[in-house]
Amino acid sequence: MNLSRMNLVRQAWAVLTGRYLRQLYRQPAVIGITLTQPVIWLLLFGALFKKVAEIPGFGSGNYITYLTPGVVIMTALFSSSWTGMSYIEDMDTGVMDRFLTAPVSRGALITASLAYQAVTTIVQSAIIIAIGWGIGAAYPGGAAGVAALIAVSVLIALAMAGLSNGLGLLSGNRETLIAASTTLVLPLTFLSGAFLSLNVVPGWIAGVARFNPVNWAASAGRIAVGAHPPWATVGSYAGFLAIALAVTALLSTRAFRVS
Amino acid sequence: MSEISGSVEACDLRKSYGGKRKAGRDKAGRDKAGTVRALDGLSFSVTPGSVFALLGPNGAGKTTTMRILTTLSRPDDGRAVVAGIDVLRRPGRVRSVIGAVSQHSGAVGLLTGYENLVLQGRIFGLPRKELRSRVTELLDKFDLADAAGRQARTYSGGMRRRLDVAAALVHRPGVLFLDEPTTGLDPEGRAELWAMLTGLSTGSGTTILVTTHYLDEADKYANRIAIVDRGRVVAEGTSGHLKAELEGDSVVLDLGEAGQVERAEKALAQLAQVRQTSSDGTVVRARVADGPRALPAVLAQLEADGIAVRSVTVARPSLDDVYLHHAGRSFRQAEGSTVA
Repeated sequence: MNLSRMNLVRQAWAVLTGRYLRQLYRQPAVIGITLTQPVIWLLLFGALFKKVAEIPGFGSGNYITYLTPGVVIMTALFSSSWTGMSYIEDMDTGVMDRFLTAPVSRGALITASLAYQAVTTIVQSAIIIAIGWGIGAAYPGGAAGVAALIAVSVLIALAMAGLSNGLGLLSGNRETLIAASTTLVLPLTFLSGAFLSLNVVPGWIAGVARFNPVNWAASAGRIAVGAHPPWATVGSYAGFLAIALAVTALLSTRAFRVS
Repeated sequence: MSEISGSVEACDLRKSYGGKRKAGRDKAGRDKAGTVRALDGLSFSVTPGSVFALLGPNGAGKTTTMRILTTLSRPDDGRAVVAGIDVLRRPGRVRSVIGAVSQHSGAVGLLTGYENLVLQGRIFGLPRKELRSRVTELLDKFDLADAAGRQARTYSGGMRRRLDVAAALVHRPGVLFLDEPTTGLDPEGRAELWAMLTGLSTGSGTTILVTTHYLDEADKYANRIAIVDRGRVVAEGTSGHLKAELEGDSVVLDLGEAGQVERAEKALAQLAQVRQTSSDGTVVRARVADGPRALPAVLAQLEADGIAVRSVTVARPSLDDVYLHHAGRSFRQAEGSTVA
């Protein structure tokens, strides 16, 4: 095997990412549903909690401005929690065996799945940010702030995707992954400042939220799009998220161990 | 073409499932009650360029063997060498010289036939230009050129299988593994696939290792057969040798009704000439040294017991008889008794 060929093999993750994107492109219904969902969250929660922004100490005058980064993070989390499903499907259909009997590293399989998730999260987050702007959210932090919000949404998505991949590989079973994802994702979202400022929630929730990666992402994103963002704080949240991502990516690669 | 000799060797492979996390992944490991011994010292060796069939009922250990040889699973004990490479020590190198077709399709349903082959080729790092001509060549060869632009999920079972085989061949492997490739295909589809496989072995010198639970296929198409039962190879050789090893004939009696089959077997077992009996539906088979000579005694015995016989034939040993002889039970019985 010559050098150029080995290089190409190393690019296997890019080939596999392309496969995921092509598959998504062939399922317009999936794209439609994924994009409709966050709009519903924005409108529903926007109407439901409109008055909370008026509570003294909430810290933000406009609830849509407060809510949009939260919905960006929540959507990133929800979508990525299903990442493991493609592995399960690949295992059921024999596609996984085909890849595993080819000279593709396990790391490339994980990387491909994460790269795909990153691409879709970027697009999804950008669209939600635009819709939020359309219904009245303000981003005084400007383009840099919006970029940072998208970046942290990608980090939380990939951390969750790694976990979902690991669960999918270990269980090999849709029901288990669905149960685990829903059990994890909703509490993680509601034990964070995604919808309500931690200033107005019970003390124990605020306490738990400090250790919740979803809250790190929501806080970092919200601070970043606000006026005069303290970048050091945003950076340290992003750092913690990167660590969480490294841990789950490593765990999922380990889950590939042959039986 | 690959320069590496396409030999395959399995040496004393052992594997048990049970208690292990991933036991559920393998067919034979589904029994959660206790340890399942999938492989119990399985050995065989395949000459380069030949078609070799692992023949056995479901649950005999064929799939586990294939998974080990294709690097998807590791044995508890034993050795496996494919194309001169130690499978357990250098799985990565083995992967680049083998092609594997698993029981499940392996084609990505939302991609077209063409895209599936290109995906496979790019994973193996084939340069784009070379890959394009290779894919076109394979689509023609496997009669998929017209369907190349259609998504694989719209393919018939036979087309999908052909696409699987084509995908496994994109990188011109020296050894091709196929796990029950003809299961679920109609007779025409089976014959077509076999024609392609035997063509590959004679044309390109590709070693082909295939598992099947169809006796007739192994008999007709494989150069050599290993009969697998309960995790071991109980007999190995060419179909002709295996049959010749069994001296004698089968007396095949059709009783016309299943009710008397058990009594007939018992009655025949009393005869000195009868070595072994088996049954399938309304048919009872008796293994005897000399069919024509034993026939009168066989019929007399049944008549004495009041068992009516609708028809009788004397047959040369079939692979079914070979199986019965070595595994101690008929192929059908073995298929029925496995939990898998």
